[in-house]
Amino acid sequence: MENNKTEKETDRRKFLKLGLLSSVSVVAGTSLVSNLASVDEKLQSEKIRLLTPEGKIVEVDATNINKYPEAHITPTESRKGIPNRKFVMVIDLAKCNNARSCVESCQKAHQLDYHDEFMKILLIQNNEEDAPYWFPKPCFHCDEPPCVTVCPTGATFKRDDNIVLVDNNRCIGCKFCITSCPYSARIFNWGHKAKFDNKDIPYSPETGIPGTEGTVMKCDFCPDLLRQGELPHCAKACPMGVIYFGDKNEDIVTNGIETLRFSKLIKDRVGYRHLEHLGTKPNVYYLPAVNRDFPLERGLDKDEEILERYKNVPFIEEFIKSSKI
Amino acid sequence: MDLANRKKELVEEFSPMIVKTSLWGKLWIGGLIAIILVGLYAFFVQIQKGHEITGMRDNVVWGIYIINFIFFVGISYSGAFISGILHFYETSWKNSISRIIEIMTVLSLVIGPIFILLCIGRLDRLHYLFLYPRIQSPITWDIIAIMTDLIGCFIYLLLTFIPDFAILRDSKELEIPSWRRKMYKFLAIGYKDTPTQSKRLHKIKNIMSAMIIALAIVAYTVLAWIFSLTLQPGWNSTIFATYFIIAGLYSGVSVIIISMYVIRRVYKLENYLKKIHFIGAGIVLLVISLLYGYFTFSEYFAKWFSHKTSDTNLLNTLFGRYFWEFILANYIGIIIPIIILFFKKLRTIKSITFAAIVAVLGMWLNRYIIVVPTLETPFLPIQDTRTEYLFYSATWVEFALSFAGIAAFFLFFTLLIKLVPIIPMSGIIEHERKVIKKTKNYTDGLE
Repeated sequence: MENNKTEKETDRRKFLKLGLLSSVSVVAGTSLVSNLASVDEKLQSEKIRLLTPEGKIVEVDATNINKYPEAHITPTESRKGIPNRKFVMVIDLAKCNNARSCVESCQKAHQLDYHDEFMKILLIQNNEEDAPYWFPKPCFHCDEPPCVTVCPTGATFKRDDNIVLVDNNRCIGCKFCITSCPYSARIFNWGHKAKFDNKDIPYSPETGIPGTEGTVMKCDFCPDLLRQGELPHCAKACPMGVIYFGDKNEDIVTNGIETLRFSKLIKDRVGYRHLEHLGTKPNVYYLPAVNRDFPLERGLDKDEEILERYKNVPFIEEFIKSSKI
Repeated sequence: MDLANRKKELVEEFSPMIVKTSLWGKLWIGGLIAIILVGLYAFFVQIQKGHEITGMRDNVVWGIYIINFIFFVGISYSGAFISGILHFYETSWKNSISRIIEIMTVLSLVIGPIFILLCIGRLDRLHYLFLYPRIQSPITWDIIAIMTDLIGCFIYLLLTFIPDFAILRDSKELEIPSWRRKMYKFLAIGYKDTPTQSKRLHKIKNIMSAMIIALAIVAYTVLAWIFSLTLQPGWNSTIFATYFIIAGLYSGVSVIIISMYVIRRVYKLENYLKKIHFIGAGIVLLVISLLYGYFTFSEYFAKWFSHKTSDTNLLNTLFGRYFWEFILANYIGIIIPIIILFFKKLRTIKSITFAAIVAVLGMWLNRYIIVVPTLETPFLPIQDTRTEYLFYSATWVEFALSFAGIAAFFLFFTLLIKLVPIIPMSGIIEHERKVIKKTKNYTDGLE
């Protein structure tokens, strides 16, 4: 117990300093953590000693250390999750102005086509009187994921670090997970695409690249970046700092600009989870769109195709009418 | 009763059915094969180009393949249910229809699951279901249930065939090629109709018929659960399994009536398939249609009355874009059969068959109404500009394969009727034997 606590304490201090840099590879284990912390302070050319998975102590150049977590994570390894982490995302609806940077950087990183979006930005208006708001929607990485329950082959799985991933080498394409997800978080590869043939990078469920025809894909919280101590692509790309990402164990979330205590943020800003009553226990929290940084209309300065998507929202219907007349 | 003579008589009576194929019969078979070939071509196109060629997209991920699957498995379940129950009835009239039902049961259970395979994105990985099985997935339950059901129903069908195979093997007058006689010999597995054998066969049939009732109910319940165990507004319903059980019987009895009508017309079996059969089946259909209407009403009435947002959205879709489909499936498809079957004067063979056709078409549409509009109305609004992602409409590939499935059903049915007479000869003999025994006991008692 005591030991765990001190380990957490050191982690937290480091976390504050390095953002999410404290995430470590499963393979390297916890010995890497203490070394990493010391690396930052000392000279980069220094040699440091590391414990290998076989239990040997080796001396390596300190500058090489950060590259290690970039190692390829096989489908089997990807089922384990990053130790001692409970990843969580907080989306501040008051800051979102539909800049779509999260969508675009996610698409670029996951090699998705224009219309394939792991992160979707919906325009939600709960009733006609209600103020509409932009609603970035990734996969919620539920604690009670219906998609994982119904999967007949275990192609989609829940890891210890809260992440729900899809192994598209295992997926048979029955699409049951798509129908069982109440948040429409999953998309299907309906046909063959040339990019699927690119075998330069070995496939890992942690990156989802290359895709495979006839299988399901979805937002993965970018575990490849988390292993390197970085934020997911969407959180990194957001110019408004809408997306906070962090670790529930450490009770910390950051959007790259500010680092906050997760529990306090949720309490102070009355954070909620979408469709809580379904009992799926999402790991994505929303902060209500009160005292907004931008008027909603700021997000309407987009391509016609993007605007067209929202034409059924009552607010937009009126907006189009008033702007045309 | 001279048993050998009676057998000979029966074989003679039914031999035209199994020996000769008329020109129309050949055309019919040829036409069915042509439809199946088109379906096969569509299948290769789908394999080559991927599921992109279908109308299914990210929101409506299941289309008419799944609908056909539910439809066919429903027919099979009700066939197993009815033939299981019929087995325990000692009447002469059941002989005329029992084989129709048994063949229908097995064929639809073979064809139904093919549709689910068409819906799977990676057919080449199908064995993963057995390599990496996960028992908590309702799909795994479904696979186990349907496979067990299929084996059970197949064994049952074979058991009912064995005595007839034996009769056909023994009838020397029958003008059939020797390979066919050899086949009968093989399939009859040494059945000689000795008292011990027939007693044993009867015992096995008793066990099997009780089993297939249970198996069929389990299989169709699990299939309903595939939908009702999800959180989707239109599916997550506690009455879904029971609703499916009733709905399955509704389509099953209707298909039985239609088959009876066609077989009676084509093979001139007016002596066997009498008006009483149609009236009987019609009254069963009436009772089921009332139950089915009641379930349908309860299902939608509760949604409308409690008006949860997600349910209201679904009802808006149903009464908006799917207005006519909804009316046809859930009003016309239920009320017309009820009206026809309710009034005694309206109950003729033709009108009952017409009611059955309306019921079957309504039933298929009802499945469409359950699957597609629900997927088009998820919890979170679909905000997309691609029409094919907003609304589902089946493509020619899906239609071609659907028709191929129906054609395969007819084709196998036709071929099976060529293999054994559609009226079980052994059943007739068994019944006559029992009648003689009873009268003998009666006269013995008098003396």
